[in-house]
Amino acid sequence: MTALLEVRDVEARYGDALALSRISLEVAEQQTLAVIGANGAGKSTLLRCLAGLMPVSAGQIRFRGESLDRVPAHRRVAAGISLVPEGRRLFASLTVTDNLLVGAHQRRPGPWDLDAVFEALPLVAQRRDRYAGALSGGEQQAVAIGRALMANPELLLLDEVSLGLAPVVIKQVYEVLPAIKAAGTTVLVVEQDVRQALAVADEVHCLLEGRTTLTGPAGSVSQEEVARAYFGV
Amino acid sequence: MDLTNAVLQGVLLGGLYAIFATGLSLVFGVMRIVNLAHGDFATLAAFVALVLVTGVGLPVWATLLVVVPVLALLGYAVQRLLLQRALSPSPLPVLLVTFALSIVIQNGLLEVFSSDQNRLRLGRLDTASLHVGAFALGVYPLLVFVVAVLILAGLALFLSRTRTGRAMRATSDDREAAQLAGVDHRHVYGVATALAFATVAVAGVLSGAQTSFTPSSGPSLLIFAFEVVIIGGLGNLWGSLAGGIVLGVAQNVGAWVDPAQQVLAGHLVFLLVLALRPQGLFGRAVPA
Repeated sequence: MTALLEVRDVEARYGDALALSRISLEVAEQQTLAVIGANGAGKSTLLRCLAGLMPVSAGQIRFRGESLDRVPAHRRVAAGISLVPEGRRLFASLTVTDNLLVGAHQRRPGPWDLDAVFEALPLVAQRRDRYAGALSGGEQQAVAIGRALMANPELLLLDEVSLGLAPVVIKQVYEVLPAIKAAGTTVLVVEQDVRQALAVADEVHCLLEGRTTLTGPAGSVSQEEVARAYFGV
Repeated sequence: MDLTNAVLQGVLLGGLYAIFATGLSLVFGVMRIVNLAHGDFATLAAFVALVLVTGVGLPVWATLLVVVPVLALLGYAVQRLLLQRALSPSPLPVLLVTFALSIVIQNGLLEVFSSDQNRLRLGRLDTASLHVGAFALGVYPLLVFVVAVLILAGLALFLSRTRTGRAMRATSDDREAAQLAGVDHRHVYGVATALAFATVAVAGVLSGAQTSFTPSSGPSLLIFAFEVVIIGGLGNLWGSLAGGIVLGVAQNVGAWVDPAQQVLAGHLVFLLVLALRPQGLFGRAVPA
């Protein structure tokens, strides 16, 4: 199978500090990859590089075999890459419906439209006329996912979807993932919550201080391996 | 002129001030740019209209068909080629660029047109008035007020109903998140500036037919626009109209008390609002 996303020897820096050091990974079409790691491991930086919010200082990112060098963030959405950013980042002064409609700005064809999102995310449908700034954390996270789906992505990047949410809400939010995968979407999840990540992923990739410490099929990595890779002990 | 009449004239003048203010407010709201050349672009529009009237012989209303699109295109170009390059986390570089633009425009106009007073002549419309009961309202100020309301309503519809308008509001809320949703923020910034320049073109031409202007009229227009934005509340379209009316009424009532104190009265009301209600009459307080 050809890889939808190919990351080769990617480096990223904040000033002099190296945030990612020669990261390589591949995500095959319709697969789910979980990138796990502790705080500051470089997970979010990796996603920012993939989404085009941050330049890579070395290495290359290819999507469908095409280099993403110099492709700005909004063109990557048009190409089929959508990021649900850490901290939801909704448009607070817009209604939920308007937030979703902005997500469809590129008018990419596909299975997702307002009705489909409302059906897959009842949490969003109930709040469609509210201002996004007035929602609870879980509702905001659901809207953020819905907004990304509206772009009809081929590759969906989820950054710390569970952060700051109650377990019952996390469960609700993750319930939408099967529907997303069923639509043929490839998913890259970034999580601190290892159990949650391993439960949804086909492959796992662990980062520690900007370096890869473990890769493998999610089903066959042992808990000790993960713990060692995660904490570096 | 009695007091009621002064208030009525002030309300109508408020419409013109609202058009001036709305472009300033839009550019600040979307890009957090304070355009110090805002008033000078209005003066520039008035001079272009003057050339079209005296040189080509167009009637004043028809000059809008030329001046508005030209200024809108200029606005898009100024944003993409100049202001975008100066945008940074610090507001200072872009502020300096607009300050420089202000100086360049004023001196450019001075070079071409000298410092004479100019006015766009409307013919019969200059003096036409409507008598409503005991009041005499100028037809032209009334028309300007109607145009102001139409412009504000059009902008409100654009922002709330269109794809680009939605993208503009989203970009104003969170630029990076808008990029992630597929919005090209630089294009949105260009469109916002184009709209602002289109409105300032209308304001410049309409004002140029109401009062005389010189190459250095810009800064005083800018002050009025600032005051309207502050009085009405930042980022509120209809607040701009309310702010314009408050400033217009204050100036006209001031002039009724003492003709020499017209502008001072406006400034005093502005300071009063700033002291008592700094978020403006219709603005929301910004949480710390």
